[in-house]
Amino acid sequence: MYSKTVMDHFMNPRNVGEIENPDGVGEVGNPVCGDIMKIFLKIDDNRITDAKFKTFGCGAAIASSSMATELIKGKSLEDAWEVTNKAVAEALEGLPPIKMHCSVLAEEGIHQAINDYRARRNLAPWEEKAHAHHDEKEDCGCTTCNTG
Amino acid sequence: MEDQKLVYMDHAATTAVHPEVVKAMIPYLHNHFGNPSSIYSIAREAKEAIDSARAKVALSLKTKPDEIFFTSGGTESDNWAIKGVAFANRRRGDHIITSKIEHHAVLHTCQYLEKQGFSVTYLPVDQYGLVDPVELERSITDRTTLVSVMYANNEIGTIEPVKELASITHEYGAYFHTDAVQAVGHMPVPVDGTEIDLLSLSGHKFNGPKGTGALYIRKGVRIDNILHGGAQERNRRAGTENLAGIVGMGKAIELATTGLEEKGARIRAMRDRLISGIQELIPHTRLNGHPSKRLPGNLNISFEFIEGESMLLLLDSFGICASTGSACTSGSLEPSHVLLATGMPAEIAHGSLRLTLDVENTDEEVKYVLRTLPKVVSRLRDMSPLGKQAT
Repeated sequence: MYSKTVMDHFMNPRNVGEIENPDGVGEVGNPVCGDIMKIFLKIDDNRITDAKFKTFGCGAAIASSSMATELIKGKSLEDAWEVTNKAVAEALEGLPPIKMHCSVLAEEGIHQAINDYRARRNLAPWEEKAHAHHDEKEDCGCTTCNTG
Repeated sequence: MEDQKLVYMDHAATTAVHPEVVKAMIPYLHNHFGNPSSIYSIAREAKEAIDSARAKVALSLKTKPDEIFFTSGGTESDNWAIKGVAFANRRRGDHIITSKIEHHAVLHTCQYLEKQGFSVTYLPVDQYGLVDPVELERSITDRTTLVSVMYANNEIGTIEPVKELASITHEYGAYFHTDAVQAVGHMPVPVDGTEIDLLSLSGHKFNGPKGTGALYIRKGVRIDNILHGGAQERNRRAGTENLAGIVGMGKAIELATTGLEEKGARIRAMRDRLISGIQELIPHTRLNGHPSKRLPGNLNISFEFIEGESMLLLLDSFGICASTGSACTSGSLEPSHVLLATGMPAEIAHGSLRLTLDVENTDEEVKYVLRTLPKVVSRLRDMSPLGKQAT
């Protein structure tokens, strides 16, 4: 049910762990729903120099965390902010529809970590695009979307 | 990974067809292919083969062959028992009682009946998954026509007090059905001496072919047909008989119920070694289901701080086939309704692992699982933001 790339990132996840003294941390998800994703960022001169994650969740959640951290490393904060859940899913060569939710978590985790960095610097948070993360027709299986 | 052998510990999901069962079936696919309803000789052979399979199923349930009706499996048997009794007795009452931990073949059938105007009570269970007979007494009324409680649960293996529940049901003049799909072939399931009126079983759970099953209907039970057509199964279940399948299921139930006690003891011993090994080697676990009133091959344990699907994927990479109650494998948002009914918090239910053993499992395999599982769990806990407490 998973693509080769998803399985590769699940079996050999990149960037697992925590960053000591991170510049930004994002934590999204909910243990009741079966997934929590925590993203740690090291930021130098407006650029993400390191990204790590810790995830409680299914194979797709772990692979999405791994791919998302790979995608944002080295990017400016502006560019990292534009990494959508779709980009994560595409880089993983697709996710089953019910698992798109996991890529949404990754996008939200990055956004939260970036805004945490901005908050620490007394900068106004960037605005989250409401429900930009999936096509209207698609049910991503995410409780936030279903109830929202 | 490549030259690794397969350790199959998901026998509650399905089993391989026993080689002797295959051997018994083959003549009925080719030489004796006749339609049992025809009158020439190859058809008579087919008819006799079905009668012989029926006798074997009846013997294993300690009942008479004319109370056994062949179906396409557990789901059809459950549908037939519940809808058939509900509709046939509708003038007497419109109330049905079942439990919260039934298989979906029962639960979804009951939900359908609710849409048809019936009222359904879903009995709660305790922390071990046991239905309390007192709860049944409290819910049953003179409008109740059917009580359906499973013989043993498919996820946590808990064996329900069906004998007692059936007696209470009869005191109120209702019928008692039990979904015994997980029990038949794995523990003695006699219907004689009990007040069970209907019992569902499925062939592929005891090394028979998929697409085979049976419903035991006690003589005199008022039940409608749900499949209408030809006169097969004494006018109760239309459709040309699944001849080879029925022969296969007959052989399979004969094999499964031979030496049942000895096999059960061997399986239970392996299962218990697995449970104590896991509890010894891995902290923060919870055994789900009843400590003693459980199917011999069933083990269901929750591992805190990790999620079940990722556990299954890693176990699969080591060649181990298992199952979980996590939502992530079910295609729904909710984790196992069975685990939730026992009062388990959703986050712990997501981390549950079910291993179901059978006679073909070996001590070597048990040791292999005990070597592999701790590595898998700690690898996922190292990745988990909740796992700090675990180390």
